[in-house]
Amino acid sequence: MTATRPRKPPAPVTRRVARWLDRRLGAADFARSALNKVFPDHWSFMIGELALYCFVILILTGIYLTFFFDPSSNVVVYHGSYAPLQGVRVSEAYRSALDLSFDVRAGLVMRQIHHWAALLFNASIVVHLARVFFTGAFRRPREINWMIGVTLLILAVFNGFAGYSLLDDQLSGTGLRIAYSITLSIPLAGTWMASLLFGGEFPGADIISRLYVIHILLLPALIAVLLSAHLFLVVRHKHTQFAGPGRREDNVVGERMWPTYASKALGLFFLTAALLCFLGGLVQINPIWLFGPFSPAEVSSASQPDWYMGWLDGALRIMPGWEVRAFGFEIPNPFFPGVLLASVTFALLYLWPFLEARVTGDRAEHHLDDRPRQRPVRTALGTATLSFYSILFLGAASDVIASSFRVSVNGVLWTFRIGVFVVPPVIAFATYRLCKELSARDGLPTRSRVTFRQTFRRLLFSSDAASG
Amino acid sequence: MAEPGARHEGERGAGAPRTSASADALAAVCFAVSTLAAVVLAVVYWRGGNTQAEGALLAVCTGGIGAGIVVWAKQSMPHDEVAEHRGAIESTEEEVAAFTADYEAGREGLGRRRLLLGLAASAFGALGAALVFPVRSLGPRPGKDLKHTPYGDGPVRLVTEDGTPVRIGDVAPDGVLTVWPEGHTDAGDAPTLLIHLRREQQFRPRAGREDWTVDDHVAYSKLCTHVGCPVGLYQAASGLLLCPCHQSTFDVLDGARPVFGPAARSLPQLPLAVNADGELIARGDFSGPVGPGFWDRDR
Repeated sequence: MTATRPRKPPAPVTRRVARWLDRRLGAADFARSALNKVFPDHWSFMIGELALYCFVILILTGIYLTFFFDPSSNVVVYHGSYAPLQGVRVSEAYRSALDLSFDVRAGLVMRQIHHWAALLFNASIVVHLARVFFTGAFRRPREINWMIGVTLLILAVFNGFAGYSLLDDQLSGTGLRIAYSITLSIPLAGTWMASLLFGGEFPGADIISRLYVIHILLLPALIAVLLSAHLFLVVRHKHTQFAGPGRREDNVVGERMWPTYASKALGLFFLTAALLCFLGGLVQINPIWLFGPFSPAEVSSASQPDWYMGWLDGALRIMPGWEVRAFGFEIPNPFFPGVLLASVTFALLYLWPFLEARVTGDRAEHHLDDRPRQRPVRTALGTATLSFYSILFLGAASDVIASSFRVSVNGVLWTFRIGVFVVPPVIAFATYRLCKELSARDGLPTRSRVTFRQTFRRLLFSSDAASG
Repeated sequence: MAEPGARHEGERGAGAPRTSASADALAAVCFAVSTLAAVVLAVVYWRGGNTQAEGALLAVCTGGIGAGIVVWAKQSMPHDEVAEHRGAIESTEEEVAAFTADYEAGREGLGRRRLLLGLAASAFGALGAALVFPVRSLGPRPGKDLKHTPYGDGPVRLVTEDGTPVRIGDVAPDGVLTVWPEGHTDAGDAPTLLIHLRREQQFRPRAGREDWTVDDHVAYSKLCTHVGCPVGLYQAASGLLLCPCHQSTFDVLDGARPVFGPAARSLPQLPLAVNADGELIARGDFSGPVGPGFWDRDR
């Protein structure tokens, strides 16, 4: 062996550690290619990163919270330092959440950072998904990564819901009650599923401890695994880029990982943390002591879920009072907005890359991102879909809207019932026209009157239009 | 063709760091402020803690580091654009052929043991099925529980949340009270809304339930037939009950029929009576399963 017996001055410690590692891993070549990896720079490519950083902060704050939270439905009498609830019978879960908020130093700030991070996590995933959709970055070879991303969105939504349902306050208990009823509404399997999940009829003594395991172990582990696969595929495919001078399908133009890009990414992580710490310290969120402990016989008006559940709650409200009954069996009302709509939503998301390829006939590899205006039909469908779910989301605030503007709840609900069908086509048409105008202004080849069918044909042949 | 602004991979070194004294100074200030905030944070924590101060100081700590790094990276680090070659994702025909050959060679070593392979597959399948059985332990069979409440066990006094029996006169006209079957104030399926109607209101009892009310008192399950929220808002003037969760509205005077919102079924009614001591009792269970629907509710 050529190991040198040191007579000369010793190398710096970092270098010696690196050499020690390299003798065991042989990673210098791999590490060098990582340093030189090229990332295209665009502000919209940071949004997925933002979700990643939120996840890291969720793990860090979440671990802290687990040291104090007690996921038990056992009833105890509250004797903590929050005076208005002195002597009230509450569950241990609720009491430990109150103790965490009032009697554990730095507990409340951690809890609030955690909750804000969950809201931003879901928000950044949705915006990231929209970015990928509108730029066509889901096309071959990235269909698998698109589906992993959709799965991550579903897991993030479920984990957020599981998280705020643990605290056993009045609001979260109402949310669990609704989740139980939606599960129950599934034909044939629903009664079994609800019983197995809750350990019996609602409220069920087991649900809090089960949700806890789901929230801190099962779903985070799944998210971590899929997130790793998601990032691995980003590296494997190399990031997409917008068209521009020197940017082609067969290259990727941007800054190297080391040092600039890595530094900017690290900086973004800390800035994300700063935003969440600011919110967690100064903007109150989920004040469970104001909601009180859960009781199945009580509820307050203006019960709104966290934002990413809003579309489901709105769909439950807007749905007319219809049920299907035949031969002594029934399909209960919540099945349609709660199960069917959600299933169709995510099924369409999963299938979108394949549906689009089928319509356009375009099955080639794409590494150059579209600008939304280049794909009027896709962009129009996207904005129409967003408007549909936005109206459902607003529908979840129908009672607040009615009382704020002093109009009748029924009138507001009817407005939403009609709007949810009328607004998306209008938005689609306006978007389509806007895309046409903008691409014409850019000098992109376009005709003033184009049918959908012709558009599909153009979509097929115009993949490089913007770089001309 | 030349590619403006883009060099090729492997050419490092040309992107010498730009020097910007003012940017370096700004980054240095950011890091210093961050360090200072961490010290103050420790003091705040030591002195008993304060949520707002902790959040703000943590934001300054992390924000200082973040801003410092970003300023440094944007102003003083190299920004040379490079172009990296992007190879085809798909394997070449040769690679696929080589893989196929190796795979087939290995498979021939297995020989033609169809029966053995089939049995191995069925063993894996059976193991998978066997591993599903423990799921059954998670909860009881969803049987009569959903169609049965503690009222079904026989005549029982109505009590308030703290267990006090309810008498005629405890609830004023136009008033409502949440009641439970005695001994079951913790039952999730039993909360009941007792409503004292005004005498002049035109109550229209359902067929067969003419004697289910007592002295203008009528009782319905408090659980909404939509998704089971407690139906808590009573508009006495119109005799309408409103669910605060999803705005289902029920007409108390007409058997709690749903008149608006997503609920599709009437609230189940409770048969009331009065015992010898003038206390309200329930003579039996509700007129139907309470709360949200399920597929075999009517079977």
